[in-house]
Amino acid sequence: MQEPRILPCGDTALSIEFGSSIDADLNDKVLALDASLRASPPVGLRETVPTYRSLLVHFDPTLVDYDVLTRALLDAAKHLHPEASTGRRWKVPVFYGGSYGMDLEEVSERHGLSPEAVISLHCEPIYRIYMIGFMPGFAYLGGLDARLATPRRTQPRAHIPSGSIIIGGAQAAVSSIECPSGWHILGRTPVRSYAPEREPAFLFAAGDEIVFDPKDPALWKEMEQAALAGEPVAELVAP
Amino acid sequence: MTELVVNSCGPMTSLQDHGRFGYQRFGVSPSGAMDRRALAMANALVGNPPELAAIEFMHLGGSLTASGGKLQLALAGAECALTVGGRLIPPRTSFDLNDGETLEISAAKAGTFAYLAVGGGFSISPQLGSLSFHLRSKMGGLDGELLRAGDRLPCLAASPAGSLRQLAAPPTDDEGPIRVIMGPQDDYFTPEAIRTFLTCSFTVSMQADRMGFQLSGPRIEHAKGFNIVSDGIVEGHIQVPGSGQLIVLMRDRQTAGGYPKIATVVSADLDRLAQIRPGGTLQFRAVDQAEAVTAARTRKDWIASLPQWLTPVHPELTTERLLGANLISGAIDAMHPLVDQSASSGIAD
Repeated sequence: MQEPRILPCGDTALSIEFGSSIDADLNDKVLALDASLRASPPVGLRETVPTYRSLLVHFDPTLVDYDVLTRALLDAAKHLHPEASTGRRWKVPVFYGGSYGMDLEEVSERHGLSPEAVISLHCEPIYRIYMIGFMPGFAYLGGLDARLATPRRTQPRAHIPSGSIIIGGAQAAVSSIECPSGWHILGRTPVRSYAPEREPAFLFAAGDEIVFDPKDPALWKEMEQAALAGEPVAELVAP
Repeated sequence: MTELVVNSCGPMTSLQDHGRFGYQRFGVSPSGAMDRRALAMANALVGNPPELAAIEFMHLGGSLTASGGKLQLALAGAECALTVGGRLIPPRTSFDLNDGETLEISAAKAGTFAYLAVGGGFSISPQLGSLSFHLRSKMGGLDGELLRAGDRLPCLAASPAGSLRQLAAPPTDDEGPIRVIMGPQDDYFTPEAIRTFLTCSFTVSMQADRMGFQLSGPRIEHAKGFNIVSDGIVEGHIQVPGSGQLIVLMRDRQTAGGYPKIATVVSADLDRLAQIRPGGTLQFRAVDQAEAVTAARTRKDWIASLPQWLTPVHPELTTERLLGANLISGAIDAMHPLVDQSASSGIAD
């Protein structure tokens, strides 16, 4: 195995990089190293942030020497047992098209597909959460069908609704709270991946899997109310 | 319950403490005071631990009234004029705000961020362990919002309020260029671009907020494009988008992002960088880990030493009376306005 690269990020963090592409095997290694550091944190470790192909490690430079930490990380990286996922798979209800997915028509036309075909291509795969970032609970997914890859909008929107089911380039995502975005909105889920008053506040974690479950618009109100009352609404299903 | 009532304040006034840590893996920005040394100074003056939440003012000041009891307050950071009922409060001094009295804070005359600490702190529930307000996610603060006129901040007034103090700021190593550690993606830039980055002057633009400072200056050329797979972001990262102009990411940064980062400002220099106003210039100097760690230790010790630089002040000694009494011939040093000789002897070395 090729040794990962250590990239300095100032004096309080470093990035340990396993490769340069979006790739499930690389992400497995990132998550395995993350799990190993969380199980036995080295002295001075503050927190870790898994991303697509690298793990960001925050540390206290007054408690641990950079070279000592680097050696410990490279050593830990040699003894990883990457798993394909965390073992958690979420079934996420999605309301496609119409006011829930205002870009469904445009994306369909661009690809010469019917809206139904786009929906079925979109909800077919088992997605994997590569990382959570950008906004609290915002989940970056891998696994989008290449036939749906769509360049980002030239004009990003200042706000997209919470729970937007979006695609941008070859990537897919589930947004959390209202945020700016240049991605295309195919649908919306009442699931609140981040709900400050709920325990746990965050539903999804990097390494979880997601499957989308198309729902009839008549069910929106009821599911939204359940989500606002603090229910997860997303279901954990067997992988 | 004693409250601090906001009569008016600038549009970017918020509660900030040390920051919200442990949740970056869930996309939560740490936020926190832009100038943590100034936060620590304001807190030291009212006897609080250095990381406690204070009101952060950006450029503009405000007007606040004590309600339901007496509060002990102190302001540090950007230079603002403070008055209570028309009475001028000397800089870096704690003062009492009696029930019904109003504090007026002027716009900053130098620097950008000022911190108003309350003895005992605020009685407001933290969110994910912190009171720090994050604008884009509406997290923390008072009910997830910026502060505005009409807000009432419940205070845990320290009782009995301790004696008033003043702070002789210990010396800092703030001179010279902003120190950086090269990387993580300095290999995305031409050698010429690196040279330009380390030798030219850059100007803080009007696009400078809690999330990032956009700098204007010579164009920094990418050697191999500017599209990288999004990776983790830390405060102080200097990213270079397609425009070739630098953006220094600050406390409200996103947790992940997609532009190459040429270098990272060392942790010890972020406080002073935050206080450079739009139009102000700066240069960068590359240092190694060892130098950055020494600077980080110096800053940590500096904050820990603050209580030793406090001296008691008598509440009746207003500026007017001091000037009238002509205690000191010639100019009064604003940094050390009223040093009690017996108290200061212990910190002379």
